[in-house]
Amino acid sequence: MACIEARGLRKSFGTTIALDGINLRVEEGRILGIIGPNGAGKTTALNAILGLTPYQGELRVLGRNPWTERDQLMRDVCFIADVAILPRWIKVSQALDYVAGVHPRFDRAKAEAFLAKTTIGRDRKVKHLSKGMVAQLHLALVMAIDAKLLVLDEPTLGLDILYRKQFYDSLLNDYFDRNRTIVVTTHQVEELQNVLTDLMFMDRGRVVLDCSMEELESRYVELTVNPAQVAAARALKPIYEREALGRSIMLFDLTSVRIDRQHLAALGEARTPSIADLFIAIVGSRAAEAQGAAV
Amino acid sequence: MNTQSNAMNGASLGPRGTAPAVFSATRPFFWSVRRELWENRLIYLVPLIAAAIFLVGFLINLVSLRYHMHGVWFLDPAQQRRVLSLPHAMSAALIMGTAMIVGIFYSLDALYGERRDRSILFWKSLPVSDLTAVLSKVTIPLVIIPVLSYAVAIVTQLIMLLLSSVVLLGSGASIATIWTQEPFFRQSLTLFYHMLTVHGLWYAPLYGWLFLVSAWAPRAPLIWAVLPPFVICGVEKIAFNTTYFLSLLKVRLTGPPDPEMPRNADFMSTLIPHHFFSQPGLWIGLAIAAVFIAATIQIRRYRGPI
Repeated sequence: MACIEARGLRKSFGTTIALDGINLRVEEGRILGIIGPNGAGKTTALNAILGLTPYQGELRVLGRNPWTERDQLMRDVCFIADVAILPRWIKVSQALDYVAGVHPRFDRAKAEAFLAKTTIGRDRKVKHLSKGMVAQLHLALVMAIDAKLLVLDEPTLGLDILYRKQFYDSLLNDYFDRNRTIVVTTHQVEELQNVLTDLMFMDRGRVVLDCSMEELESRYVELTVNPAQVAAARALKPIYEREALGRSIMLFDLTSVRIDRQHLAALGEARTPSIADLFIAIVGSRAAEAQGAAV
Repeated sequence: MNTQSNAMNGASLGPRGTAPAVFSATRPFFWSVRRELWENRLIYLVPLIAAAIFLVGFLINLVSLRYHMHGVWFLDPAQQRRVLSLPHAMSAALIMGTAMIVGIFYSLDALYGERRDRSILFWKSLPVSDLTAVLSKVTIPLVIIPVLSYAVAIVTQLIMLLLSSVVLLGSGASIATIWTQEPFFRQSLTLFYHMLTVHGLWYAPLYGWLFLVSAWAPRAPLIWAVLPPFVICGVEKIAFNTTYFLSLLKVRLTGPPDPEMPRNADFMSTLIPHHFFSQPGLWIGLAIAAVFIAATIQIRRYRGPI
């Protein structure tokens, strides 16, 4: 059984369409990153998955309907909506007490062990902690919960690069195993490259890319073209082209150019594109088209 | 998802998986109530502060009480009782009154505040149903605050009795009067009855309304709580030239009408609860409170943060 399965998921706010018929399937033991510009519908999709918003279409999370069976679902699902939502008045010790009190699958010793590695004092209030510390505290609480699905919506927003790196390291090393599934949305894709197993790009309520990281490696090639062979490379119809340090960098989708990697490598230096570059190539070109159409 | 696969997962997880079996259903409720007390410390601080201020005032007044006491001996027992019980009744009224104000403001903010600071998303990330969350909040003004302020009032009155006894002893007068005439136990029984019936049951629809507004209001819940009753009163007056709604509100706010009793009836008979429980107003009020609270649960369930 898939952890999350959605077919024709729709949601509109008045005349604005937030989700325009999404299909999605996330198997157990995957780490899916949902990347998209602001207003792409990422948070709406997550809210639907978490039973926080009604939707049209078919959606099953851990075999349940999240809207009608939310109370049961929340025993196996955990989420961090964003770093700012821990109540400001609560003390660290109270947060531990409370979660231990209400959550049957909370392992307090695990949370304490994680907190011991930080400088967060037990009797400090959330409002007196730095943003990075609040994220650490929230992660400590969430990681100590033995959940099947963890949903993270912009978990590292506003954190510096050290905290962001640490956040994902902890998640991978101390939490993730093959029985758990993680879904994360973010703008900050650099740290995610080696974390994700699956990648999804969303734009204006639609899924524009949905593939595993292995597929991404075999399907997309970024080529720093030799100056003499720019015209030849361009003839192969790259999906995106940019200039860097006076050289042309082109992005190829191997499924559409019908050409193999070795052939491309003869035209320059070939490598797997970063998520950020791929995002700009796929979603950025869509945005440019839309603007062109509007003009 | 079937229970069998759950059980298998639980077994493979070892000791972690066994925890849910011993997890009682009332635990989330208990911890939710505790959480409300952590967040709103005024709930117990205000009655304590009110009691402390009253006791200081009472202590200052004790010196003059000594002179009063000389006069009190010449009054008949009924008058004596009235004079002596006055400060005690005042202390109870002050403590329970201030506690009620805390309850009103608590209720108005209970569901609005968590939406405003978005912490509702944290509470909703835990397996605490909206039913449990709202009921734990409703418990605060309907049970916790009345019981707490009652306890503080009783302790305050005991301290007042002890203080007066000490002062009287110092002046050489007999303290028998103060313990025999002072209707302490009767008073605490009346107060208990008042707490249970008025604060716990009669005011329930008022708190229910405050919770509903708190869950629904897009902003400024105080205005949304007060404005509709005003508008209804105004429209009723203009359209029908009647004031039924206003008098309904008045009855609700001032407490249940007292049973018709002869003035010097036996004290205990005023406590017989069948007068109170046979009033349709009580039951209608409780039904309205139940509707308001059910609506509050639905709104919290289906609405997002602001």
